[in-house]
Amino acid sequence: MDYVAPTTVEDAVGALASSPDSRVFAGATDLIPQIRSGRPEPGLLVDLKRIDRLTAVTENDASWTIGAATPTSRLTEDPAFSGQFPGLSEAAGLIGSDQIQNRSSLGGNLCNASPAADSVPAMLVNDTRAVIATADGTRTIPVGDVTTGPGSTSLSTGEFIVEFEVDKPPADTGDAYIRMIPRTEMDIAVVGAGARITLDADGNCAEARVALGAVAPTARRVADAEAALTGQPINDDTLAAVAAAASDACDPIDDKRGTIAYRKQVAGVLAKRAVRLAADRAAGITTANGAH
Amino acid sequence: MTMTEDPKNAPSYKWVGSRSIRPDGLDKVTGKARFGADLKLPNMLEGAVTRSPHAHARIVSIDTSAAEAMPGVHAVITAADLPDLAEAGAKTDDVFMSAKVLARDKVLWEGHPVAAVAATSREQARAAADAIDVVYETLPHVLTVDEALADGAPVLHDTMITKGADPVPEHASNAASRALHERGELDKGFADADLVLEREYTTKPVHQGYIEPHACVADAGQDGRAELFVSSQGHFSMRAMTATTLGWEPSQLNVTPAEIGGGFGGKTTIYLEPLAVRLSTKAGRPVRLVMDRGEVFKATGPTSGSRMKIKMGVTNDGQITAAEVWMAFEAGAFPGSPVGAAAMTAIACYDIPNFVVEGFDVVCNKPKVAAYRAPGAPIIAYGIESIIDELAKGIEMDPIDLRLKNAAVEGTQASYGPQFPRIGFVETLEAIRDSEHYKSPVPEGCGRGMASGFWFNIGGNSTATVHINEDGNVNVITGSPDIGGSRASMALFAAEEFGIDVDRVSANIADTQTIGFNDVTGGSRVTLATGSVVIDCCRAIKEDLRRRAAKTWDCEVDDVEWVDGQAQHASGTETPLSLADLAAKAPRTGGPISVTKSNNVRGAGAGFTTQLVDVEVDDELGVCRVVRYTTAQDAGKAIHPSYVEGQMQGGVVQGIGWAFNEEYIHRPDGTLDNPSFLDYRIPVASDLPMIETIVVEVPNPNHPYGVRGVGEAGIVPPMAAIANAIDDAVDCRLVDLPMSPVRLLDAINQRGE
Amino acid sequence: MSRTHVSCNINGDDVDFLSESGGSLLNALRDDVGLMGVKEGCGTGDCGACSVLMDDRVTCACLIFAPEAEGRSIVTIEGLAGADELHPLQQCFLEGAALQCGVCTPGFLMAAKALLDNNPNPTETEVRYALAGNLCRCTGYDKIIRSVLDAAEGMRQNGAQA
Repeated sequence: MDYVAPTTVEDAVGALASSPDSRVFAGATDLIPQIRSGRPEPGLLVDLKRIDRLTAVTENDASWTIGAATPTSRLTEDPAFSGQFPGLSEAAGLIGSDQIQNRSSLGGNLCNASPAADSVPAMLVNDTRAVIATADGTRTIPVGDVTTGPGSTSLSTGEFIVEFEVDKPPADTGDAYIRMIPRTEMDIAVVGAGARITLDADGNCAEARVALGAVAPTARRVADAEAALTGQPINDDTLAAVAAAASDACDPIDDKRGTIAYRKQVAGVLAKRAVRLAADRAAGITTANGAH
Repeated sequence: MTMTEDPKNAPSYKWVGSRSIRPDGLDKVTGKARFGADLKLPNMLEGAVTRSPHAHARIVSIDTSAAEAMPGVHAVITAADLPDLAEAGAKTDDVFMSAKVLARDKVLWEGHPVAAVAATSREQARAAADAIDVVYETLPHVLTVDEALADGAPVLHDTMITKGADPVPEHASNAASRALHERGELDKGFADADLVLEREYTTKPVHQGYIEPHACVADAGQDGRAELFVSSQGHFSMRAMTATTLGWEPSQLNVTPAEIGGGFGGKTTIYLEPLAVRLSTKAGRPVRLVMDRGEVFKATGPTSGSRMKIKMGVTNDGQITAAEVWMAFEAGAFPGSPVGAAAMTAIACYDIPNFVVEGFDVVCNKPKVAAYRAPGAPIIAYGIESIIDELAKGIEMDPIDLRLKNAAVEGTQASYGPQFPRIGFVETLEAIRDSEHYKSPVPEGCGRGMASGFWFNIGGNSTATVHINEDGNVNVITGSPDIGGSRASMALFAAEEFGIDVDRVSANIADTQTIGFNDVTGGSRVTLATGSVVIDCCRAIKEDLRRRAAKTWDCEVDDVEWVDGQAQHASGTETPLSLADLAAKAPRTGGPISVTKSNNVRGAGAGFTTQLVDVEVDDELGVCRVVRYTTAQDAGKAIHPSYVEGQMQGGVVQGIGWAFNEEYIHRPDGTLDNPSFLDYRIPVASDLPMIETIVVEVPNPNHPYGVRGVGEAGIVPPMAAIANAIDDAVDCRLVDLPMSPVRLLDAINQRGE
Repeated sequence: MSRTHVSCNINGDDVDFLSESGGSLLNALRDDVGLMGVKEGCGTGDCGACSVLMDDRVTCACLIFAPEAEGRSIVTIEGLAGADELHPLQQCFLEGAALQCGVCTPGFLMAAKALLDNNPNPTETEVRYALAGNLCRCTGYDKIIRSVLDAAEGMRQNGAQA
C-alpha cells in the first residue's frame, strides 16, 4: 500500500481520483483490523488527518461543525460540546478504549457502516448532517442517508465526508445514548439506543426522536416510538409503548454477539432507558452518565 | 490477609514471607525483558504457516512450487520434510504430536498446519504461505461430544478403540478412552439419601488467553545442531518433543527459555518449534516464527468443552451419601483431554462413601486441547459445586456447613486413591465463614454464592545450581521458566538459608545446555520442587562453608555455626567470617564454592480453596456483574505473599471470564467465528472489583518451609460460585457455560412463566 | 512493495527510518527502529500491549500506519524512565507486584502515564475505565489498579511532573 497525507480537501479529492484503488482513513481503527482479517488492501491510503478542516471543532452561533477525522476524545473532552450534547458526546466516547478514542472519528464510525456503530443513533436523533467532498465541491445530506447497509454507504467513489453539522438543540432538550454490551468496555454494541427529548412547559414531551443501532442493517429512527411520546407525559405507560414500538421496529440477526430474540427484547428496554435519561436531562434533573 | 495455623508456634523468617522486588521486575517495567519474538539475529528470516481452512479433510496434494519461486523465499517445508514417525514405529502419542505440528494425510481442524515458509520478510513469508496450493477432499466433521459420540458419526482416527471401555468395543469411534473411579455401593447410597438431585451441565472450550502469542527463533548450524530461543513453560520437555518430531536426539538442540508472556498450561507443548528448526536447517539461516492472535485462537490448545451428568444424594442432616458422575470432554483432534484429572478431582474435596465417576476422552474436529490451569478440575467443579449448592438449599443447610460436614481431612481416603496427609480444606471453609465479606449483609439487589475447589499440585524433577561469587553474593540458577514470580521465591529461599539480604541474591534461569534436567513449570510445582532443590544446594553450601571456616580456624567443623550470614566459632573467640570473607579465601580452602543438586521431588501438598462472590444482575438485560469477591486458599506457607496473592487473583479472574463470556464459537462449517480478543471476551479492568485474598497457611509437612503449590486451585471454583450467586440473586439456576447475558435473560424470562 | 522514509522524534531523539508504507507503527518500532519493548498481543487494537504515546496521546501502535508518525513525537516504554531513576509508575508497579509475566506491562505503564498526565487524582473507577483497553491475563488487575493509585498519590505529594 502507498500512503499520502494531503493537507487540503482538494488535494485529497485529487489523490482519490488519481488511484481507483484508494481509501481515505482517519483513525484506521476499523481499516487495519479488516485488512488483517483478509479484506483486500487498498493500493493507496489517503490520510485525512493533516487537513485542518477535517480535524477542526467549531462552535457557531446556532450549530457546531465537527471535522470528520477529529479524534472522538476531542469531543468528549470538550465541556461545551459535551454539555450541549451529552448523549452524542457519550456515544462518541463509547467507541472503544482510551487508545481507540484518540484515533476513532465520527467520519470513520459512520462510513465503516457497521450496524452497531455507537455514534450513529446519537447522530440521528440530533439530525446531524454530513458535508461530503465531491469532485467539484461539497454536498450536504442527513447522516441517515449515508449508510445503506452493513459495510456500505451511499458515497460515490472518490467522495468522503469533510465535516458534520449539528444544530444546537432547543431549550429544555436532552439527548442520551445507551448500549448493551456483555462486558463493561471493549465490546461492539449488541443493541444501542439513542434518544432526544424536548419538553414543553408542562413537562410533557414536545418532540421526541428515538433511534436504534445494531438491530437492523443500518441504524434507524423509530417513528412509532416517537409518535407514542409526542405530546405525552413521560410515564410508565408511554415508556411501555416506546419499548413495544422499539422491539417491533427491530430487524436484527443472530450472530456471535446476540440472538434475534435477545436483541428485540433488549431494544425495548434500552429505548425506554434512553428516553428516560434524555427526558431527565431535558428537565435538568441529572447529567449522570447513562452508560456506566 | 494471611491466616496461619498455630501462629504462636509458626517459625518466623527474615526473608521468606516478605515482599521483595522480583529479580526480573526492572527489565519488565522498562521494556528490556526479552520475550520469544524479541530476539533479532543476523541474517534472520521470518516464517509463516499455511493452515487448513477446513475442519476435516483429506490432503490430496500439496504444490509448493509457486511459493518456492517467490522473491525472498528461502525454504518451504511440508510433512515430507519431517520423519514419518508412524512408519518408524513410534509411540502413538508421538505420531499424533507430529501430525498435530504438521498434517500428513488429513487435516483435522480449521487451522491445522500443512506447510511452512521462511522468507526475508514477514510479508513475503505470508504471501508465499498463501501461495502454497493444497488440494483437499473435505470430509464430514464433528464439533461437540454429542456429535462425536452420536451413532454414525464420522470417525477421526479409524483405529481408535476406546481404552478402558468394558466390554472392549468392536469398532473404532471417537471415544479415545474412559476413566473410572468407584467406591461402595451407589444404589444403597442413593437409597440412604433423603434428597437426590440429577442435573446435566455443558461447558464450552475456553482459551488460556495469554497475552503473548507463541514465538520462537531457531538457529540451525551445519553441524546438525540447533539453538532454539522460545517462550515456553518447559524448555527441557520442549526440547524432547521438538527432537522427537524432527527425528533428532534431544542433545542436538539447545533450548533457551525466553521470558514468557503467560502460559497457564498452554505453552507446555509444541506448535511452531519443529517448523522453525526445520526451516532453519533447510534455509541455512536463523528463522523467527511467531503466531498472530488469530492463529493462537485457531491453532493452539484451548481446554475442553464438555457434557456432564451428575447425580448426588444427601440426608436431611447434611451427609452426602452418594455421587454419580458421567463426563465427556472434548479432546480436540487428538486424544488427551483432562477428563482423567477431572475424574480424580471431581469429588476430592469430600468424603463420600459411595460413588461412581466415569469420564470419556472424545476427539472432535477442533484444535487439540492443551493444559489450562488445574486442567479438568474447573469444568467438573462447575457441576459438582452447583449441585451441592442446590442440595444445601433443598435441606435448608448453609452451603459452607454442608461442605464442612463432608470435608476431606487428614486421613480421608481421597476419591482418587491415596490417603490425604495434612490438608487445609476445612481451614479455607472456615476462613470464608469467618470473613468480613461473609458476615456482611448481601447488598441490596445482589445475590451471594460460594464454592470450593481442589488441585493436587505435583513435585517432579528439578535441578539447581548455587554459586557464591568472589564478593560473597549468591547466584541461584534453575531450569524452571518463571511464569508467576518463582525467581523471587528462589531468591528469598537463598536469602533465608544464608541469612543475607535478598538483594545479594540473583536468580536466573539457564538453558538446556547449562543446567540439568527440569520438568515443566506446571502443576504448581516450581516453588515446591525447584525451591526444594535450591534449598538443598544452600544447605550443602552451608556445610561446605562451615568446613572452610573450620579449616581457616583450624578447629572442628562441629565448633562452627552458620548464623545471620556468617560462620561463627561456637566459643566466640574468632572473628566471624562472612560469605564475602569465605569467598575470598575459597581458592585456599577447596576451590570455588558451588553446588548442583537434582531430585525428583515428592511430597507436594494438595491445594484447596473456598471462594465467595456477590453479584448484581440487571434482570432486564441479563447482565451480571461481580460486585465483591473473596478467595481463601491454602498456600502452606506463602514464600512471597504478593505473588501468592497474584496467583490467587489471576486464577479467580480467569474463572470469572469463563463464567460469563468466554467460549469458542464455531460456525456449522467448523470454522471459528471469534478468533480475536474482540469477540473472545476476557475480563477487562472495568468489569471487576478488587479481589480480596485470604492466604491460609496449613503447612505442608513434606516441605522444609511448608510450601504448597498455589498456581492452580484458584481457577477451580469461580464458575460455580457465580452460578450459585446468580441463583441467589434472581432464582435462576444456569447449567450451561458461559452464563452470558443471552442465556441469563432467557432463564429470567422462563422463570417468570 | 514500497517503503516510506519517516522522520519523527522517538523518546526524545530525532529518528529516521524506512518502513513498509502499509506497515504498522508497531512493526516499524520493533523491526525498523529496534525498540522491542512495544509488544504485539493481537495486532487489532483489542489488547493494548502496543500502547505508545503519540503527541502525548495514548494509542495502539498496531493501529497506526508507520508513515503517520512523520513529524510526530512518540514515547515508548523505553522512554519512560530517567537515566538513573524509574518513573513513579514503574517503581509502584515493582513494589505493588503489579506484574507477573510482564508482557502487558509496557502497555499498561504507557496508558497509566497518559491517565495521570490528564487526571492526577483519579478514582478507582476512573482508573479501571482508563485502563479497560489494556488486557492482563495474569494479575486479575487488582494489583495494577492499586499500583496506579499509589503512584498517583505519590506524584501528587511530590508535586512531580509526570
